[in-house]
Amino acid sequence: MSELAIDRDIDRSHMTVSDEVAIQIDQMNKWFGTFHVLRDINLTVYRGERIVICGPSGSGKSTLIRCINRLEEHQAGTIMVDGTELSSDLKNIDKIRSEVGMCFQHFNLFPHLTILENCTLAPIWVRKTPKKEAEETAMHFLEKVKIPEQANKYPGQLSGGQQQRVAIARSLCMKPRIMLFDEPTSALDPEMIKEVLDTMIELAEEGMTMLCVTHEMGFAQAVANRVIFMDQGQIVEQNEPKEFFNNPQSDRTKLFLSQILGH
Amino acid sequence: MSDTNAQSVSFVRDKMLPESAPPTLERGVVKWIRENLFSSILNSVLTLGSIYVIYWIVAHLYPWLANSVWYASSLNECREIRDATVGPGVPSACFAVITDRWEQLLFGFYPNDAYWRPVMALVAFLAAIAPVLFVSLPRKLLWFSAASPFVMFSLLWGGSIWGPITLAVGFGVGYAAFVLLGRVAGALVSVLGSIIAPVLFWMFLAGPIAGALTAVAPIGLPFVESRSFGGFTLSVIIGVSGIVLSMPLGILLALGRQSDLFIINKVSVAFIEVIRGVPLIVWLFTAQLILGYFLPPGTTFDLTLRVIIMVTLFSSAYIAEVVRGGLAALPKGQYEGADSLGLDYWQSMRLIILPQALKISIPGIVNTFIGLFKDTTLVVFIGLFDPIGLSNAIRASTDWNGIYWELFVFIGLLFFIFCYSMGRYSLFLERKLQRENR
Repeated sequence: MSELAIDRDIDRSHMTVSDEVAIQIDQMNKWFGTFHVLRDINLTVYRGERIVICGPSGSGKSTLIRCINRLEEHQAGTIMVDGTELSSDLKNIDKIRSEVGMCFQHFNLFPHLTILENCTLAPIWVRKTPKKEAEETAMHFLEKVKIPEQANKYPGQLSGGQQQRVAIARSLCMKPRIMLFDEPTSALDPEMIKEVLDTMIELAEEGMTMLCVTHEMGFAQAVANRVIFMDQGQIVEQNEPKEFFNNPQSDRTKLFLSQILGH
Repeated sequence: MSDTNAQSVSFVRDKMLPESAPPTLERGVVKWIRENLFSSILNSVLTLGSIYVIYWIVAHLYPWLANSVWYASSLNECREIRDATVGPGVPSACFAVITDRWEQLLFGFYPNDAYWRPVMALVAFLAAIAPVLFVSLPRKLLWFSAASPFVMFSLLWGGSIWGPITLAVGFGVGYAAFVLLGRVAGALVSVLGSIIAPVLFWMFLAGPIAGALTAVAPIGLPFVESRSFGGFTLSVIIGVSGIVLSMPLGILLALGRQSDLFIINKVSVAFIEVIRGVPLIVWLFTAQLILGYFLPPGTTFDLTLRVIIMVTLFSSAYIAEVVRGGLAALPKGQYEGADSLGLDYWQSMRLIILPQALKISIPGIVNTFIGLFKDTTLVVFIGLFDPIGLSNAIRASTDWNGIYWELFVFIGLLFFIFCYSMGRYSLFLERKLQRENR
């Protein structure tokens, strides 16, 4: 997977990391029953950061980003998103969810709605945007992900790569300040991976704050400003991509990298 | 080594073959018969056996139907006519009982001069469900659908029109309370207010207002007592009310059963299991006998209404389980997708989850409704005159003593028309939704 060809120059003019904190996670712990899935996670994400989280399966990386928009509930520690603390207060949860976009491994588009309706649903019902305006915004983002001509089709009629790009557009329609990606390319054919990664790179070029759980190391090298390696529910190592790939410190990281970069 | 190819492997076609028809055995009727009727010895035997059974049934049924007598005033007259025309002992249906008593089978003891009222109510009902069933009709018609229960009530029972109107106004009061409280207080307060306000309105204001208005402007059709209702009219009233009311209740119960809230969950489970675990006939006897004890003394609570409530509760438990199946069939990702966009619980249910879950549940829902509709015939046991009850009454009369097949064929046919239409609609809806989203 490492040999992903990023076949163009990355425009870094908007990729600036500010010192404004977007997400602050302090001593967060989570259990599934008695299984300690996340242990003492401390992580500060600044606005404009592009973070790639990697690690072996079962290491808790998906659970970590799912905690950030409360698809999973953490049991100890604090998570602050845009200055709002995630607690059991439903108002805070809905507010954070509408500010944080999320893309899933299996897209999770709504099969009974057209592509356009998928994109306008949340703006209309959550943001109370007028229908016409929501449709214009949706078409704008569908053009951005290069599938405006599919607007009136249903998700089932699209390829996996197209569906994932719709999912990205659907999140963008809510004008999120942070985007979470949970293995967005893991369910895709190789040629579709590229079209989705291109979309994600464009998003990074515009300065979006992104947290990506992915095994696409080429993507990490090209756009990430920080790579986090997790194992057994803990952050084992984090560094800027160059250092991370060329000079890993922990033995566990070395082993992992040798396994995924080796072939 | 020698050349092992006996023939040359190279080949060039110099003449293209014209298209030709398949052999006789492989086309048209012959092919169809061979493939579908006589494809093997066992299948041939089954085919011939089935043909014989069908012949046997038709051979017995046909003379009975073909020699049927349609106009007579009693069974004895029927037999006389038969003896005179086709001869004694020949099987002959006496459909004269239908031509003689069809009005009673359809309308029960409803006043003769007011038969137009149930008919108009049926027309109103068909007009009301049309926009619900067929999305292609203009959406504005749904306003009539919302008003139709009150229109149908006024037509069927009659009495002052102000009663149903104040009843309808109560719903408006509830909605107003929901909107107004929603502005100043939270969601929970506005939901509670939208329930309490109309109940208070109905308890303390609706009666006096309707009374005052009736005194000023006594508009309305003559009142018809529930006792006069009967026949197919009664079956349709109970069946349709049960179907329409049990759908939303069933959905709420299914959501309750899925809920993480402990009390709501357990109440839903208990309700579903208790209602489902006891035969409908027991609930109907309960409605007839026991429900009266729980009501304040002096209140007369219409038996038809009690039956409707019981039938509704009964089928809502079944609907809840069918819908729960649909909910469980949805991938978890759909819930997460809706959550991640910031939709609240009711929004994600209404816009994302239920449309898909109900689509999956259509065959089961329609199946339950068909069952409910046919189960309305059980009301005969608590003394209501549904078509079965009336057939007993007709057979008890001296004129028609001894007749039964003809009545049951007619009643069965009426039920079949309704149930078959429901089944066909379910298929239509499934195909339509299948086409729209794969």
